[in-house]
Amino acid sequence: MNHDDYSDAYIKGILDEVNTVAMIGASANTVRPSYFVLKYLLSKGYDVWPINPGQAGKEILGQTAYGSLDALPDTPDMVDIFRNSEAAAQIIDQILEGGKLPKVIWMQLTVRHDEAARRAEDAGIKVVMNRCPKIEYGRLSGEIGWAGVNSKTLSSKRPTLKSGFQHRGLTGKTRG
Amino acid sequence: MSDNIPGFSTLAIHAGAAPDPSTGARATPIYQTTSFVFDDVDHAASLFGLQAFGNIYTRITNPTTAVLEERVAALEGGTAALATASGHSAQLLCFHTMMKPGDNIVAANKLYGGSINQLNHSFKSFGWSVKWADPDDLNTFEAAIDDNTKAIFIESLANPGGIVMDIEAISRLAKAKGIPLVVDNTMATPYLCRPIEHGADIVLHSLTKFMGGHGNSMGGIIVDGGSFDWSAGGRYPLLSEPRPEYQGIVLHETFGNFAFAIACRVLGLRDLGPAISPFNSFMILTGIETLPLRMQRHSDNAKKVALHLSGHDKVKWVSYAALPEDRHHALQQKYMPKGAGAVFTFGVEGGYDAGVALVSKVELFSHLANIGDTRSLIIHPASTTHRQLTDEQKTAAGAGPDVVRLSVGLEEVEDIIADLDQALSG
Ligand SMILES: Cc1ncc(COP(=O)(O)O)c(C=O)c1O
Repeated sequence: MNHDDYSDAYIKGILDEVNTVAMIGASANTVRPSYFVLKYLLSKGYDVWPINPGQAGKEILGQTAYGSLDALPDTPDMVDIFRNSEAAAQIIDQILEGGKLPKVIWMQLTVRHDEAARRAEDAGIKVVMNRCPKIEYGRLSGEIGWAGVNSKTLSSKRPTLKSGFQHRGLTGKTRG
Repeated sequence: MSDNIPGFSTLAIHAGAAPDPSTGARATPIYQTTSFVFDDVDHAASLFGLQAFGNIYTRITNPTTAVLEERVAALEGGTAALATASGHSAQLLCFHTMMKPGDNIVAANKLYGGSINQLNHSFKSFGWSVKWADPDDLNTFEAAIDDNTKAIFIESLANPGGIVMDIEAISRLAKAKGIPLVVDNTMATPYLCRPIEHGADIVLHSLTKFMGGHGNSMGGIIVDGGSFDWSAGGRYPLLSEPRPEYQGIVLHETFGNFAFAIACRVLGLRDLGPAISPFNSFMILTGIETLPLRMQRHSDNAKKVALHLSGHDKVKWVSYAALPEDRHHALQQKYMPKGAGAVFTFGVEGGYDAGVALVSKVELFSHLANIGDTRSLIIHPASTTHRQLTDEQKTAAGAGPDVVRLSVGLEEVEDIIADLDQALSG
C-alpha cells in the first residue's frame, strides 16, 4: 500500500466494510477533534466504542467508554487511533500480539508509523495513516463540499441521501 | 473518475457539481433561501458547533455557493474556498483572519487602485497598516517586512499595468519569514496561472471579472492553499488558539489543511457578513464552465490588438507582457505561458486630454470601470479609477496621465481594432 496516496476506492471500501469502530483516545471534551469524529461516525450509523482510561465505565455521547482494547465486548472491525505516532506503533504491536485482529487500523491526521503499518499489513490488516475518517466520509459522500472544501471527486451520478434533511451516505452502503 | 486527475476544462464544468440529490436537476439549482431546517435539536447543535457538515443560514453557507467554492478550489489546486459578495470583501475577510491592530501587510505597489485605497485608508481604522514594495525590486519586500508583518499581498498579473510578478521568488521570501503569500489572481485566472503551484499560500479573486466573465454579477473568493502552518509561533491566534465564539475550538487543529478557509467563514463571514447571493453564485458558475475557452480567446485577441497598437503612430508605448520586447515577457512565459490575459495599458500621444478624447470617441468599446466582460472595455484610469491617488501613486500604479487601459473582449478582433483606429484618428 502506498501510504502517501490512497485511492478513493481503497478508502471507500474500508468505510463501507466496517460497522464497529474502537476509537482510542476518544475525548469527552466537546470541542476536541476526537469528539467531533465520534459524533459524526455515530450519525452515519457506525457503532463506535470510545476507549479512554480516564472515562472507563462512563458514557461519551451515550456510548460506554472502555479503558483499553482488551476490555471491549468484541473485536472491532476498525481501530481508529487518536494518539501520537509512537503510541500508535505500540498499540499496533499490542493488537498483533493479542491475536484478535481488526480488519482495519486507521491513524488520524499527523499520526504515521510506516514500520508498524507494515507489520499490521503483513498480518492481513488494512492500514490508513494520516487521514481522518470524518473528512474522508464527508469527502466521498460530497457532504464536505457544503463547507466549500475541495472533495477532489467528480460525479455525474445522483448523490446517495440518508434519512433526515442534510445527510448523505456513500453509494453502496445502506446504513442508518 | 476518482483516481485519475481530471483536466482543467473538465474541472471547470464538473468540480463540485453532482446532480441535485433531491430532484436530479443536472444544472446546479439556485438555492434562493435564507435558511435551512434542522432534523432536530441535536442536529442543530452539531451544525452550530461545527461538528457536522451542513447548512444553517445563507450568510454562512449555501448549497449553490458551495458548488462555486469547490469549483474554484479545484481549479486553483487549493484545499477549500470561501465565496464572498465581492473581490474587496474577500480581501477584507482574508486579512481579518490574519491581522490584529498594530499589524501590517507588505503589498506590491502595483495593484488595482481600489485595493490600494482599501489598504491605505479603510484598513487604517482597524489599526492595520500597509508597507509598499516594488515588484521590480524584490529587495524592497525583504526590507519592508518586520515583526508585525502578517502577510505579503501581490497580484499575479497586476491591474492595470500588465505587470507579471515573480511569484516563486516572493514566496521564498515569505516562507523565510514565516508569513503567508496572498496572491490576487483576478486578472490571470487559474486558466492562465495557478499561484499555489508557485508557492502562494492564499489566492483571492474578484469573481466579478473573468471568472464570471459576462459583466453581470459581483463576487469574490478566498482559496486556501492548504500548506501554511498557522500554528507555528502562535502568530495567527484566530487559527491557533481556542476560540471563545465556539466554546474553545482550535480551528487549525480541528480543520487541518483547510482551516484558513473555515476560519474566514465561521469567524469572518459569519460576523462581518458579506455573503454572496446564491443567484450570483449561479451566474458565476455558469461563466466558469467556459473559462478556458474565453480566457484563451481574450488573450489571443488582446495580443493581436497590442501588436497593432505598438505599430500605431498615435500610440507612444504599449505595456503587455505577451509582447516579446516587453520587460515582463520572460516572467509571463514562466508563469502564464498560454497568454497574458485581456487587460493591458498603452500611452496615447497627447497625454491626459488625448486619453479623455479616446474614451469619448469609441463606439464598440464601452467606457466603464470594469474588466473581464465578453465586451471590450476601455478606461482612462487617471480620470476615473485612479483619480483619488496622488500623482506619484498614479504613476507608481501604472496609471499616469497618458495611460489608457483596455479589457479586450471576445468580439471579432478586426472589429475591435477598427474601433480603436477610428477613435485614435483625427
Ligand atoms: C485585481 C482586482 N482585485 C480586486 C478587485 C475588487 O473586486 P470587486 O470589484 O469584485 O470588489 C478588482 C476590481 O476591479 C480587481 O481588478
